Amino acid sequence: MMTELMSPALWMLLGALLIPVAKGHLRSAVVLLIPLLTLWSVWQIEDGVQATLTFLSYEIEPVEGSSLRRLFATVFAIMSFLGGLYAFRIARTVELAAAFAYAGGAIGVCFAGDLITLFLYWELMAIFSTVLVWCGGTPGARAAGIRYAIMHLLGGVILKVGIEGVVVATGSVQIQPMLATDFSTWMILIGILINAAAPPVSAWLADAYPESSVSGSVFLSAFTTKTAVLALILLFPGESVLIWVGLFMVMYGIVFALLENDARRILAYSIVNQVGFMVCAVGIGTEMALNGAAAHAFAHIIYKALLFMSAGVVLYRTGFTRCTDLGGLFRTMPMTTIFGIIGALSISSFPLTSGFTTKTLISQAAIDENMMFVYFSLMAASAGVFLHAGIKFPWFVFFQKDSGLRPKDAPWNMALAMGSCAFICILLGVAPGIIYGLLPYEVTYEPYSASKVLFYLQLLLFSGLAFFLLLPLMKRTITISLDSDWLWRRLGFVLLQKAGSLLEIFDVAVSRFKARAGAVGTKLVLRNLGNPHAEDSKETSVFGRSWTIGTTALWIAALLSAYVLAYYF
Amino acid sequence: MNQNNHDHWLVRPATIRALWWGGSIVLALTVLAQFVIPVKGYFTIDSWPAFGAVFGFVSCLLMVLFSRLLGLVLKRKEDYYADSETEDDD
Repeated sequence: MMTELMSPALWMLLGALLIPVAKGHLRSAVVLLIPLLTLWSVWQIEDGVQATLTFLSYEIEPVEGSSLRRLFATVFAIMSFLGGLYAFRIARTVELAAAFAYAGGAIGVCFAGDLITLFLYWELMAIFSTVLVWCGGTPGARAAGIRYAIMHLLGGVILKVGIEGVVVATGSVQIQPMLATDFSTWMILIGILINAAAPPVSAWLADAYPESSVSGSVFLSAFTTKTAVLALILLFPGESVLIWVGLFMVMYGIVFALLENDARRILAYSIVNQVGFMVCAVGIGTEMALNGAAAHAFAHIIYKALLFMSAGVVLYRTGFTRCTDLGGLFRTMPMTTIFGIIGALSISSFPLTSGFTTKTLISQAAIDENMMFVYFSLMAASAGVFLHAGIKFPWFVFFQKDSGLRPKDAPWNMALAMGSCAFICILLGVAPGIIYGLLPYEVTYEPYSASKVLFYLQLLLFSGLAFFLLLPLMKRTITISLDSDWLWRRLGFVLLQKAGSLLEIFDVAVSRFKARAGAVGTKLVLRNLGNPHAEDSKETSVFGRSWTIGTTALWIAALLSAYVLAYYF
Repeated sequence: MNQNNHDHWLVRPATIRALWWGGSIVLALTVLAQFVIPVKGYFTIDSWPAFGAVFGFVSCLLMVLFSRLLGLVLKRKEDYYADSETEDDD
C-alpha cells in the first residue's frame, strides 16, 4: 500500500534534503545517483491509478501512470542527472538542493492523478524555481526573482480558482480532458498557460532565466514550461484556441530573439518559440499532434539544455554573455563550439537530429487536418528558428569577430554533460524509433523520405543564406527590448510614483488643514469652555470656574454610576 | 584583416571565399536535386520547384525586417529599468 503511494518525485525531494547535509564526495554521489534512482522508479510505475487516499472527502490519486506521464518523467529525470553532472563542481549547495526540489515538483506533476496533487507539486516548482533564479546572486537576479515569484504565485492562484470551480461544478478532482467553456475551465487554462510563457505574459521567461547562475538556467530551461505542456496535453487536448496561442508564441520568440544581444536571453526567447510549437500541437489535438507535442517536448528539453550548457560554459570561462562582448571563441573552445552547434542544429530540426524527427510530427499533424495556414506558419517558423537560434547563437558567440578572448574549454564534467546531451540529440535523430516507441499513441510516421529531407534542406539552407546576406541588418547593439513586462516594470512603477506624489500632496494638505482646524478649535474651546486657571482669571466659562466640593462629588457619583451601568450592559 | 598568417585557418579570407563558393554550390544542388527527387507537396504550391528555398528565404527576410522595425520602437538602453529596480542599492 505505502509503496504504491510513493511518487518517484519523493526520491528527488529526498535528494534535495540530503544535499545540504552531505559533504564532499558524498554530496557528489547524492547529486549523481538520486536522479538515476528516480529514473528507475519512474519505470516501475504501471499504467493506471496506483492507489487512492481520502483527503477532505476528496479521492486523491498521488500516483497515476501512463506512457505519456512516464515519457515526461523520464526526460525530467535524465535532465536532473545531466544537469547535476554539469553543475555539481561549481554550484552552491542551495542551488543543487533547490534544483532537485524543483525537479521533484516537475516529476510529481507528471504522475499527479488529481488536480489537488497537481496543484501542490505545481506550487513546489514555483517556490524552488524562484530560489534558482536568485542563485544568480546579482541585484538584477534578486529583482528578477521577485518578479518571477509574483508571476508564478499569481498563476497559481488563478489555477486554484479554476480547480475549485471545476471541483464544485463536477464534484470530481480527477484530471480528465476538458475544453475552455466556462469561467472555471478558462481559469485553469490561463493558470497553465502562464507557466507555458504564453502571451501576454511571455516576458517572465526571458526576464528571469538568463539572470540565474551558469547551471541554474540549465535546470530552469527544462521543467516549468514543459510541465505546462504536459498539463495541457492531459487537460486541454484539442482546445482550438491553443493553436493561435501557439502560433503567436512561435513568432514572438523569433522576433524578440532576433532583437536580443544577451546570448542566454536569445536562448530563453527560443524556449517560448519551441513551446509555441507544442502548444499549437495540443491545440490541433489529434493523436499525431499529441504524439508530436510529447516527442518534441522530450527532444527540446535535451537540446535546449545543451544550448544553455554551452552558453553557460562561455559565461563561466569568460564572464561574458552579451554577443557584443563575445566572438571568435571557437579557437580555444572547440568542444563547446561543436556541442553548441549540435544543439543549434537540433533546435533547427536539421535532418539527422532529434528536432527533425520530433517537430515534423507536428507539421504532419497540421497536414493531416488540412490546416494550410497553420502548416505554412510552422514552416516559416522553422526557417525562423534556424535564423535566430540555429545560426545566430553559435555565430555571434563562437565565430563573428575575434573578441580577443582566449578562454579554456569546458571542464571535464561540463563537457561530459554536453556530450551526453549531444549524443541523445543525434541518437533520436538517427534512430527515431526509440522515442516513437515511448509515445502515448502508436506511430506510423516515417520521418525520412527523400522528398521531405530535400524540402527541409532547401528551407533551412536558404534561411542560412538569408542570415549571412542580412547580417548588416542584424548588427548587435547594446540594448534591451521592451516587452509586456514594461507594463509592470515601468508603467506600474511610474504610476506608483505618481500615486505617491499625489498622496504626498494630499498629506501636506491634510496636515495643513489639521493645524488650522486645531488652532481654531483651541480658540473656540478656550473661549467657551474655560481658560487656563490663573489667579486673576475672570472664570467665565464652564470648566474654568471654581466649583464647590459638593458639586464635584455629585459629578463623580454620576460618572461612577454611568460606568457601573455601562459595565453591566 | 589579412594582417598575418597566424590567423586561424578558418578566418583567412581564402577559406571564407571557399566557404561562400562551397555554400553556393550546396544551395544550388538542393534546388537542382528537385528535378531528380520530386518534392511531394501537400497544398499544391509546395511542390513547385524551389518552393522550400524561396519560402525559407522570404520568411527570414520578412522576419528580420519586421524585427528591425519593431526594434526601432522597442529597443532601449540596457539600464532602462535600472532606476525603477535598484532603489535599495542607491
